[in-house]
Amino acid sequence: MKIDKRQRDGATILDLQGRITIGEGDVALREAVLAAVGEGATNILLNMGRVRSIDSSGVGELVAAYTTVTNRGGKLRLFSLPKRVLGVLEITQLITVLDILEDEDEAVASVA
Amino acid sequence: MPEPVQQTIRLSIDSRYENIELVQAVLDETLESLPIDEETGYWMGIALREALTNAIKHGNALDPEKKVDVCLAVGESGLDITVEDQGSGFDPGAVADPLAPDNLLKTEGRGIFYMRRFMDKIDYDFGAEGGTKVRLHKEFDASGGSAEANQGGANED
Repeated sequence: MKIDKRQRDGATILDLQGRITIGEGDVALREAVLAAVGEGATNILLNMGRVRSIDSSGVGELVAAYTTVTNRGGKLRLFSLPKRVLGVLEITQLITVLDILEDEDEAVASVA
Repeated sequence: MPEPVQQTIRLSIDSRYENIELVQAVLDETLESLPIDEETGYWMGIALREALTNAIKHGNALDPEKKVDVCLAVGESGLDITVEDQGSGFDPGAVADPLAPDNLLKTEGRGIFYMRRFMDKIDYDFGAEGGTKVRLHKEFDASGGSAEANQGGANED
């Protein structure tokens, strides 16, 4: 899992690439979100476009990231979800909880 | 596609997460010669990864001295995958429903749900001296694809 961080219009965007699976991307995602929060980021956008796969541990980390950010008064959005990643979130009904946007422009506008 | 060659493949791995990739690679190669389409094979891989994760994390408590035994058995009509750990077992009936409103934001507890969702059948055996064996089954499709070619195709039981 590779994660690059950038800023756009006051939002912190994390570009995720690879797998969010146990022992690999799950820890990397957790550390990246906590680092961004620690640096004062309140609006964090996860670019999922290049996430190849996700398992239940990865899903758990997405939920943890969401609660971490929202409990501190911030906003966490996901955008550009590949079909398979979206499918995993759909069947556990997390699309009703997590804030999922179509693309980066929508995600940025949603926290502006 | 010709009839699948009935065969049994056995692996025994140390309880380390990186070994999940090894088993996934064996599954991927096995699936290449079976009447299971790529999409269904992908979801089967997720189910297998969840079973391995449970065995390594919950069953063997990340003790690398403990083994996880995996068996892929190609039968006439489907593929059976068994994953057996050396832990102390658990009660499948006590696993919370991840779709319950109070559980939606929990960070754990979805692995078994995904296994049930992505496979046609799962069941458990518990050894008299400990250890949990989970058996995952997927039927072949007579038309050459899979019986349920999407992530929503399994039984909820």
